[in-house]
Amino acid sequence: MKLKNKWPKYYKKDVVTHYCPGCGHGVVHRIVAEVLEELDLGKRAVCVNPAGCAVLAYKYFDIDVIESAHGRGTAIATGVKRAKPELFVFTYQGDGDLSAIGTAETIHSANRGENICVVFINNAVYGMTGGQMAPTTLISQKTTTSPQGRDPQYDGYPLHITDVVAQFPGVAYAERVTVNSPAAIQKTKKAIKTAFQVQVDGLGYSIIEVLSPCPTNWKMSSIASHKWIDEVMVQEFPLGVLADRRKKG
Amino acid sequence: MNKVFMSGNHAFAEAAIRAGCKCYFGYPITPQNELGEYMAANMRNAGGSFVQSESETAAINMLIGASATGVRSMTSSSSPGISLKQEGISFLAGFELPAVIVNVMRGGPGLGNIAPAQGDYFQATRGGGHGDYRTPVFAPATVQEIADLTRKAFDVADKYRTPVMILGDGMMGQMKEPVIFPDMIKEMPEKEWALKGRGAGESRYMASLILDASEMERHNWKLYRKYQEIEAHEVSYEGYMLDDADIVAVAYGTTARIAKGAIKRVRKDGIKVGLIRPITLWPFPAKIIQEVSQRVRKLIVFEMSTGQMVEDVKLAVEGRSEVHFHGRPGGVIPTPVEFARIMYREYQKQKKRSL
Repeated sequence: MKLKNKWPKYYKKDVVTHYCPGCGHGVVHRIVAEVLEELDLGKRAVCVNPAGCAVLAYKYFDIDVIESAHGRGTAIATGVKRAKPELFVFTYQGDGDLSAIGTAETIHSANRGENICVVFINNAVYGMTGGQMAPTTLISQKTTTSPQGRDPQYDGYPLHITDVVAQFPGVAYAERVTVNSPAAIQKTKKAIKTAFQVQVDGLGYSIIEVLSPCPTNWKMSSIASHKWIDEVMVQEFPLGVLADRRKKG
Repeated sequence: MNKVFMSGNHAFAEAAIRAGCKCYFGYPITPQNELGEYMAANMRNAGGSFVQSESETAAINMLIGASATGVRSMTSSSSPGISLKQEGISFLAGFELPAVIVNVMRGGPGLGNIAPAQGDYFQATRGGGHGDYRTPVFAPATVQEIADLTRKAFDVADKYRTPVMILGDGMMGQMKEPVIFPDMIKEMPEKEWALKGRGAGESRYMASLILDASEMERHNWKLYRKYQEIEAHEVSYEGYMLDDADIVAVAYGTTARIAKGAIKRVRKDGIKVGLIRPITLWPFPAKIIQEVSQRVRKLIVFEMSTGQMVEDVKLAVEGRSEVHFHGRPGGVIPTPVEFARIMYREYQKQKKRSL
């Protein structure tokens, strides 16, 4: 088989990544760019990027992008989509952004069944600010603000925001995936493609949660962080389709 | 269009729809609920979108999204809700996005009450949110002016690409008066800066994050130059019986109406009081106050607060004349008799001094 290295049309060229070695963002960025091209959405796409590591997403995505204040992504996406329904609108958000400061926006945009897509990067920490505890931080996971490890009696439990919104009738599709192996990456691409198609078909809200390695803040090697996803993270956040309300046939 | 009898809150909404506003986002809060309700009833028929948001914060962010696509958009609230919107207003300023934000003020701080007040003057005229920015602020005093200034607010917002605030109060919102609306705007000029998908062209982004300090400084000076333009061209005020005035009152919105009533009263006794009514609170009509302070020895500032606009008046007067302040905060609505009494007293004091 001849391998092709084709540069995605909607991924900027000649940019140097600001993401850390082993970070999952770059992989997911590329998947998003590929799906935008395959579904021919790039020309009418607007990405809402978050506050967090992906705040600079517009350096990579070669589509229209608007930055959001921390957590407000789905509110901004609601505004864009309501104003111009012909645009393809997706947010790209992290776990602190989407499931802490932006919980209300996340839940209510999902409950309204806004016809938008959410790409949710869950790396169980606040990455950009230096590895603080996030709502998604696992029990006994050490972070800079849970130095003894997350103690549920003291810090509460990991929040399963995707499972929460998956219950809403307005959510057409929700799936949890990861990017720690070539096979997982292929599955993530399929999931994001499905989610994007949901919006194209006007079926409502879709969310793809990606368990994504953060070797820097997990203080692990890249390989160890990939293993940690399989061995630890997936125990708390099992992979799979959480909701599928697409009309069959 | 014929004259109709309408409340201020409904007039804000109708005027916005006629100004081509296609998206309204809001959260219920008294005393401005009728504005959102009117939008809920009429916005979809007008071909637009109404969303009752989960919070004021969400509403202002929806507004950011809609405005970024170039569509005229609006949100409204009352004092506590406006505090929640400040994050988004700062982003609108940073992004240089046009937007209209209505604040139907009530008593504060905190939850305060639902009675008319003017305690948000500082917040409205000093930017309100974080960072180095200003927002133009219009202060209507009649329902007709609500209709006219709402149209004007959209135009100014688009012209300068800036969020604009309309600062009313519970009295303005709830009061019914006859009003004639301007015609419906049918076609809007294309906004070349709006995000509409890259199409065949280059991709674009809107970001307020500017990590490089000297670049951020450039952006701040760019905004500053824009604010200077606004200060040069958009100042608006009403002068009332200024020509022969010995004493000049300064008041805006509801308070200005009450002051007018008081002036009519004291003029019957030959006491010549005039009024400067700022229609834009920022940019503040400092020049006319400067001019007046050259020849009038006393100014009286009336506010429904413990004294906020009075600071701008003092800055304009620069010590040339005496500035007396009379305020009723907390949702108390003063009467013309009360203001007239202040005018009589200040007149007597001045007369005694000149003897």
